[in-house]
Amino acid sequence: MAPQISYLTLGQRIVSMIDANLQLLAQTAAYRWSVGVLRRLGITGRGLVIAVPAIWLLLFFLIPFVIVVKISLAPSVFVGQPPYGPLIEWTSDHVLQLKLHVRNYRDLFGQDALYFQAFVYSLKVAAVSTVLCLLIAYPMAYGIARASPNWRNTLLLLVVLPFWTSFLIRVYAWIGLLRNNGLINHVLMSLGIIDEPIVMMQTDFAMYVGIVYSYLPFMILPLYANLEKHDVTLLEAATDLGATPMRAFLRITLPLSMPGIIAGSMLVFIPAVGEFVIPRLLGGTDSLMIGRVLWDEFFTARSWPRASAVAVLLLLVLVLPIVIFQRYQARETSGLANR
Amino acid sequence: MAARVEERKAPWTDPREQAYVRIEDVSKKFGDFTAVDDVTLNIYRGEIFCLLGGSGCGKTTLLRMLAGFETPTEGRIFIDGQDMAGVPPYKRPVNMMFQSYALFPHMTVEQNVAFGLKQEGTPKQEIEARVADMLALVKLQDFAKRKPHQLSGGQRQRVALARSLIKRPKLLLLDEPLGALDKKLREHTQFELVNIQEKLGVTFVVVTHDQEEAMTLATRIGVMNAGRIVQVGTPHDIYEFPNTRFVAEFIGNVNMFEGRVVEDEADHVLIDSPELGASIYVGHGISTAPEAMVWVAVRPEKMILSRDSPGTTTNAAQGTIHEIAYMGDLTIYLVQLDSGRIVRITQPNIYRHADRPLTWEERVWVSWHESSAVVVTE
Repeated sequence: MAPQISYLTLGQRIVSMIDANLQLLAQTAAYRWSVGVLRRLGITGRGLVIAVPAIWLLLFFLIPFVIVVKISLAPSVFVGQPPYGPLIEWTSDHVLQLKLHVRNYRDLFGQDALYFQAFVYSLKVAAVSTVLCLLIAYPMAYGIARASPNWRNTLLLLVVLPFWTSFLIRVYAWIGLLRNNGLINHVLMSLGIIDEPIVMMQTDFAMYVGIVYSYLPFMILPLYANLEKHDVTLLEAATDLGATPMRAFLRITLPLSMPGIIAGSMLVFIPAVGEFVIPRLLGGTDSLMIGRVLWDEFFTARSWPRASAVAVLLLLVLVLPIVIFQRYQARETSGLANR
Repeated sequence: MAARVEERKAPWTDPREQAYVRIEDVSKKFGDFTAVDDVTLNIYRGEIFCLLGGSGCGKTTLLRMLAGFETPTEGRIFIDGQDMAGVPPYKRPVNMMFQSYALFPHMTVEQNVAFGLKQEGTPKQEIEARVADMLALVKLQDFAKRKPHQLSGGQRQRVALARSLIKRPKLLLLDEPLGALDKKLREHTQFELVNIQEKLGVTFVVVTHDQEEAMTLATRIGVMNAGRIVQVGTPHDIYEFPNTRFVAEFIGNVNMFEGRVVEDEADHVLIDSPELGASIYVGHGISTAPEAMVWVAVRPEKMILSRDSPGTTTNAAQGTIHEIAYMGDLTIYLVQLDSGRIVRITQPNIYRHADRPLTWEERVWVSWHESSAVVVTE
C-alpha cells in the first residue's frame, strides 16, 4: 500500500504554512521599517536571496579550501603543533618573505609512485563502480518510472529506506554477510553447493559490493527523475515508424535520459573516488585508494602539507568531470546547439 | 466541399470493391469499461475516413488498435486482406500522426523525418533524397536543421505529417491532426492535408471531436458514441439524414420536436407535437408503430421566418423574437413559440439593406417545407 500522504503534498503543506506566517510578518510595522532601511542601504530582496548560499559557500567551502591550499604549500614540521610551518615570515633583515613549498606537490609525482598509483586505482574503482551502479540502477529506475502511480511512491520509499540506517552499520552488515562463516557462505554450504567457504572479505569483490550497494540510490534517483518525465508516445511513435522496442529504447529513451545518466554518474563517481570507509572495511589491504593515502598522511605520517597537497590534487581531478557536466547541462538547457 | 465529394468515386457503393481496412466485430475492454463496443467497419482505398465523437467515445482506442498499440479484446482487424492479430506496430503497413505530434525532441527536423527510413535500412543517399522531397512537400525545406522546440505549432504539425508519410504508408492514421492549431491555421491546413492525400493516394483514417474538421476533410464520417458506431455516411448524409437524435444533435445545430405519430401513410406522416403547438407533416413515410413517440429534427437554416402566416396549418407556429445575433454572413434568431419552446433559425443576409428588418419582441411565423424535416425514432 502506498502511504496516504505523499511527500509532495506534505511539502506543499509545509510551504503554505510558512507562506502564511510570512504574510503575517510582512504586515507588521517592524518588517516594513527594516525593509525601508535595507533599501536605503542598497540591499534588495534579490540580493539577500543570493547572499545566503553565497555566504554559506564562502564560510564552509571557499575559506576551508584556501586554508587547505595554504597548508599544502607550507613546509612540514614533524614535531610541533600545528605540524606545518608558516608561509609568510619576517626574515632577519625585516623583509616580509613568502615561501611556497611546491615540494609537496612535486613529491606526489616524484620518486614514490605510490600516490600516482593510488590516484589511478581510485579512479578505476570509481569508474567500475559507476558503470556497475548504472547497469543495476537503470532498469530499476525505468521500472519505477513505468510502475503505476500508486506503486511509485512505495518503490521510491524502498530505494531511500536504507538511508534511515547509519551508513557504517550497513557496511558492517555486509561483513556479516560476506565473511567466511557469514550468511552467504553458510547458506551455500548447507545447500551443498560448495564445500569450502568462498573468501569474499578483504577482496576487490567485497569492496565493489559495498560501494555499489551504498551509492546505488544516488544513481537511481536522478535516473528516475529523468525517466519519469519521458513521454511514452515518443516510444509509440518510434515503433510505429518501424523501430523494434530495443531500437526504440536505444534511439529515443537512452539519448533522452543522458542528463539523468550523467547526473547519477557524477553523484556516484565523485564520492567513490575519495571513498575511505568501504575499502578500509571490506577491501583488501593491498587496495590502496587515495582516501586511504590521505588518511595515512594525516594521521600516520602526520604530514599535513603533503596530505593537503593530495586533497587539492584530488579536487582538481574531480573538477574536470564536473565542468564537463556543467557544459553539457548548459548546452541542453539553452537548446540552441545542434547535435 | 460538396463538389469534391461528388467528383470522387464512392467505392463504398460498389459491391465489387474490396475494403482496404476491415474491422469485424471489434470490442476493447479495459477492466470493466468497454471502450469500443462491437464495431464493424469497412474503409476503402483512397478514402479520408473520419471517426467523429465526443471525448471517451472510443474513437482513439479504435485508431490505436489499427496502429497496433492496443489489442482487440474481441473481433478481428484486416488491413489489405491481412489479419493484424499478433502483428506488432513496427511490422504494420500503417503509420500514425499523433495528437501531440510526438516529435523526437533530441533530433532535428531532418532526423525526425528520416527516422522511419533508417529503421528500414534504406541507403543513405535515398534517405537524403526522400527526406528533401518530403520536406519540400510540407514546405519545411528551410527548417531541416532545426529542433522541434524551435518551431511553431503549425510547423511541428507539418514535421509530424512528413515523418508519418516518409515510409509511403498505404494507410495513415491521424489523431486529432489539427487539434493544436489556431482557427486560421486549421482551415488552411485542412485543405493542405486533403491536397497531400490526393497527391499521394494514401488512405486516411482521422480521429476528431470537431465536426467541422470532419465535414471538410472526410469522404465518409463514422459517428461514434459510447464505444459504438452510430452512423456511417458521407458528410452530406450525416448532416441531412441523421439516423438518431444523437447524430442530429452532435453534428451542427438542430431544433428537435417531440411528437406522437397520428397518421403513418406510405407517402407522408402526420405527427402531433404539443411542443411545436401544431401538427407536423413530413413528406415521406416512416416505418414505426402507430402512436409511437418520435422526434422531428429541423435544421435552423431550413426554417422560414415571416411576418405573415405561411397559409398552412402544419409545420408552422407563431412566436415572438427573443434574441437576434448578427453574424455578418447570416443572422441567428431565437424565437419563443407560443408553446414556450425556443427555436433557433438562421437566415442568410442576402441583401445589404433590408427595408423593415425583423426586430426584438416582434410577432412572427416560423415554418418549414415538408421535405426539410427528418424523423428519428431513437
